[in-house]
Amino acid sequence: MKKIEAIIQPFKLEPVKDALHALSVQGMTVTEVKGFGVQKGIREVYRGMEYQVDFIPKVKIEVVAPDEKAQAIVDTIIKEARTGRIGDGKIFVYPVMEVIRIRTGETGENAV
Amino acid sequence: MNTGDTAFMLVSAALVMLMTPGLALFYGGMVRNKNVLGTIMQNFVLLGVISIQWAILGYSLAFGPDVGHLTGNLDWFGLNGVGFEPFKAYAATIPHQTFMIYQCMFAVITPALITGAFAERMKFSTFLVFMILWATLVYDPVAHWVWGDGGWLKNLGALDFAGGTVVHINAGIAALAAALVMGPRKGYGGHGDGTESFIPHNLPMTILGAALLWFGWFGFNAGSALAAGALASSAFTATHLATAAATLAWIGTEWIFRGKPTTLGAASGAVAGLVAITPASGFVGPMSAIIIGILAGVLCYLAVLAKPKLGYDDSLDVVGVHCIGGIVGALATGLFASKLINPAGGDGLFFGNPGQLWVQFIAVAATLLYSFVVSLILFKVLDLTMGLRVSVDDEVAGLDLSEHQEIAYNL
Repeated sequence: MKKIEAIIQPFKLEPVKDALHALSVQGMTVTEVKGFGVQKGIREVYRGMEYQVDFIPKVKIEVVAPDEKAQAIVDTIIKEARTGRIGDGKIFVYPVMEVIRIRTGETGENAV
Repeated sequence: MNTGDTAFMLVSAALVMLMTPGLALFYGGMVRNKNVLGTIMQNFVLLGVISIQWAILGYSLAFGPDVGHLTGNLDWFGLNGVGFEPFKAYAATIPHQTFMIYQCMFAVITPALITGAFAERMKFSTFLVFMILWATLVYDPVAHWVWGDGGWLKNLGALDFAGGTVVHINAGIAALAAALVMGPRKGYGGHGDGTESFIPHNLPMTILGAALLWFGWFGFNAGSALAAGALASSAFTATHLATAAATLAWIGTEWIFRGKPTTLGAASGAVAGLVAITPASGFVGPMSAIIIGILAGVLCYLAVLAKPKLGYDDSLDVVGVHCIGGIVGALATGLFASKLINPAGGDGLFFGNPGQLWVQFIAVAATLLYSFVVSLILFKVLDLTMGLRVSVDDEVAGLDLSEHQEIAYNL
């Protein structure tokens, strides 16, 4: 099993979610996050006072899936979240040691 | 006694009351989220503190029988004798008590304006003591000079329809004293190059506050006619047009200087326009009001831009908006006032009476000097006795938690 963690532009959440639905992904977790990468920060101006804001709002998506579906999920996120400009985000893929469904106690891929 | 006038003045008093919570939201949105309750509280609590001070002592000092053209005496202590009979020297057609409670709302919002200068760092206990002293020693006498029967600036012929000197210059220059004595917030760098960012945490709250101020200000300015009639209508119209013009002037100027028109700029411009038209509202025509609004929008924006170069941390720009806006308005009254609008007022420079500008200048200078000096002394003395600032740890934690044991936004 793999965990796919993607940091994307907030306005790309809807298309990514819809595309993952179409792939019949079992579930996902979404978090509003802030951070910086190549894009660095942005400048904001309040009453003429300029501030460098280092952390830009992004959305983090986490999906856990069987190994054979992981690549398709990654490809889908890339396809939907990409604008081609700096700031599109990153995808991290991790191995998952175990999954347990709290309600039933099922484990492994059955619990995904 | 006139029931129409009385109804209008009671509604106007309620409108002016709403300005203080409006100001609380205007300021509250501009601070960081750890200080929003502390900031709102510093305004809201004055509805309590100053209203009581006003009923016991303040009204008598400001409007009571004259002593040496400088202050009222204590004959009306505890509202003694302030009853239902009109007091002809102030308002001939409404109960004296109606005039008193209308003026109470002015007394409340004026010190509230100062709170923007020391936002995010003042100790609440010292704040309360300062406000009672400032209302008693600064607001009440200055109100007497300008509006009190026998006050020296009133006798001189100074024109201040709704409080350009008494309210805005008075509070604005006290704000400068506050910022100078208090020192900057921890991490403040002036150009945004400090170690901390002072980014407004909730601008929609600020816009809502500005909108409530705009709404309430109709009571402030039109109500200052003290009767429901043509003069109130004229002041209402002047107020609205100046504010509209100042809103556009501020965002237009920042569009040119900084490339983008901002919502905070629109809200700030509106307040600058409201401030500047306040002294002039009952003396000038609609086109003069628009010019005053444009002047206020541009000049107040430039004053706010200049602040970092001057080095003090007037956190929410009380000096730039209220002091400068008040001065613009008070002097503009000396230019644009016309007896065609208000026969009981005067003519300004552009209507053939250059002397009026000089009188306005004296009123501005006297208010600046008196309020600044007394405010400076009050802050210094309280700094040495009670301490003005919260501890550094408390400042880092935020006033909401350190002063009030609350958090504004819980998950």
